[in-house]
Amino acid sequence: MNDMTVLDKAVEIKNTKIAANDVHVYYGDAHAIKGVDVEIEDKTVTAFIGPSGCGKSTFLRCLNRMNDTIDICQVKGDILIDGEDIYDKRVDPVQLRAKVGMVFQKPNPFPKSIYDNVAYGPRIHGLAKTKADLDDIVEKSLRRGAIWDEVKDRLDKPGTGLSGGQQQRLCIARAVATEPEILLMDEPCSALDPIATAQVEELIDELRTSFSVVIVTHSMQQAARVSQKTAFFHLGNLVEFGETGKIFTNPEDPRTESYITGRIG
Amino acid sequence: MSDTSQTSSRQGSSLLELSERTKKRNAAEARFRGYGMTAIAIGLIMLMILVFTIISKGVGAFQQTFVTVQVELLADKLDKKGNRNLDDIKKVTTFGYSPLIRAAAETSVEQAGIATDLKSKDIAGLLSKNAAATLREYVVSNPNQIGDTVTFRFLAQSRVDGYLKGRVTRESIANDKNISVAQLDLVDQLVDAGVIQKSFNLAFIFGSDASDARPEAAGIGVSMLGSLFMMMVVLVLALPIGVAASIYLEEFAPQNWLTDIIEVNIANLAAVPSIVFGILGLAVFINYLHLPTSAPLVGGLVLTLMTLPTIIISTRASLKAVPPSIRDAALGVGASKMQAVFHHVLPLAAPGILTGTIIGLAQALGETAPLLLIGMVGFIASNAPDGLASGLLSPNSAMPAQIYEWAKRADPAFYERAWGGIIILLVFLITMNTIAVILRRRFERRW
Repeated sequence: MNDMTVLDKAVEIKNTKIAANDVHVYYGDAHAIKGVDVEIEDKTVTAFIGPSGCGKSTFLRCLNRMNDTIDICQVKGDILIDGEDIYDKRVDPVQLRAKVGMVFQKPNPFPKSIYDNVAYGPRIHGLAKTKADLDDIVEKSLRRGAIWDEVKDRLDKPGTGLSGGQQQRLCIARAVATEPEILLMDEPCSALDPIATAQVEELIDELRTSFSVVIVTHSMQQAARVSQKTAFFHLGNLVEFGETGKIFTNPEDPRTESYITGRIG
Repeated sequence: MSDTSQTSSRQGSSLLELSERTKKRNAAEARFRGYGMTAIAIGLIMLMILVFTIISKGVGAFQQTFVTVQVELLADKLDKKGNRNLDDIKKVTTFGYSPLIRAAAETSVEQAGIATDLKSKDIAGLLSKNAAATLREYVVSNPNQIGDTVTFRFLAQSRVDGYLKGRVTRESIANDKNISVAQLDLVDQLVDAGVIQKSFNLAFIFGSDASDARPEAAGIGVSMLGSLFMMMVVLVLALPIGVAASIYLEEFAPQNWLTDIIEVNIANLAAVPSIVFGILGLAVFINYLHLPTSAPLVGGLVLTLMTLPTIIISTRASLKAVPPSIRDAALGVGASKMQAVFHHVLPLAAPGILTGTIIGLAQALGETAPLLLIGMVGFIASNAPDGLASGLLSPNSAMPAQIYEWAKRADPAFYERAWGGIIILLVFLITMNTIAVILRRRFERRW
């Protein structure tokens, strides 16, 4: 018991990257997120789990204001990144999204060359002054995406010609190319086969050293494998949030237990 | 008894025998296929009849009868002062050239070894009334040839042309003042002698319209330029306005009652009869803004109004067809909305936009009704415009309007030209639609 408190304190000392306070999201009249409070730490992988329609993807999309593109979507409450409210009027979502990268459910490379896919972000943000700089960024990003060896000989070939798993790793490389601080992943492996999934999971674990990673997943095994912290969402509520090991072995809330044991979902 | 029990229960029935139900179903399917094939066959037959009619009636316009004549350019008639002064030469009107042509026609008949009782006036009557003008034009541009004998190929008059094409017969000219049976006899002899020949008629494709008395000289070329200038106006205005409007409506505009109303109105505009746009153009561009009547600029503006809804609708459809995941991807790496649209969505939608634009242009090219109201129909025998300004502002016609104008005229020679014009118009339309289809095929779904 004593050990546990010590561990909890050790975690709390780590700096909080994202802090959400009483976040509500409405799609027109539908109340999709009902007062979520959560603190996401830097340099950790946080998994959002929960049954379909529980609001985990919606909440994830609040973190880089992708919900702004939906006219009827309304967000209330505060979301702070490094202590700054991202829904402040002065915040430009474009700048925010450069800081908070995102990887989507379906691999969505641009129908351009592999090189251009990765170089696009650095180009529009002016991260490279010369062609050589840009080449470096592309190589570094593709290496971080664990796909460099597979594509280094065909950088000018279209990104859409890669296999599903390669496309997803290309998308991850594209997301890290803009030097974000947080990486959001919306079910990044749901369209991939088990081998590609394993590769991406391994990659996520490596990315933890440089980024704060938030991943939405349907697979509880995946959450258990890759994350340090897990949040369980149910019907728009954040039911339970804590150490991944604890959530999966000794959940506090009966709903979490039911979901993990497969009784609801 | 055993039959009914077999159809009522499927158990135990043989697969090798068809049940009543299956037979009925198969019969219904066969009937339906029959209907479909009949419908297609009817359509194909109609198309074949159409194409056959157009070609058989119009192909004649591309052939024209010419008379080869050697004209002695008599100096004492054309240059009375003998000083080769161009101003003095220009004072001789086409009437002054008629005697030369008469003399030349007579000599040609004599040289061919044909004896005829016809007067020189009647022999020269085989030539087009255009011949004197052609001759004068030649002399004015080559004054140093005066005094020489030059070989010309003059157009034959339309009755002679019609006679060689089978349109005019000895019976049909009984009451015709323009030609006599004796003249037709002479034509037969001249054809044998090789003086009168049919050949390809380039002037029909590149020439301008001609008056009622000279159908043989009429061409569609100048009205083709009129159409070209109109299409330029349409392209320059409708494409940017249409694409900008669609991008705004599709990607940026909020979804509210105002945009809903705009959307409904655009859809309605596409269904407005084109003559309504014509009267709108007359009221706004000509009566209110005082732009010149019959000008391709006004025609182009009216056709722009007509084409805009087509372009907007097709552009919006192709923007909608770009998957949202591409927009998400761009926004996700921190592109602004405009960057996402212009860097990623628009290039993917471009083939669809181009296809829509080409189809809109093809529609506008074949449109006649609005042109009726802004005065682009009628006898507009202007010369080919010599620049952008005159092309846009000087009176002109358009291909479909020219066809309509010819079809109205009494002389059957013009009727043939109307069909010929339709062939040219169809060649343009088919080419444009083919380009649209190729573009669509080539760039279909690249993601």
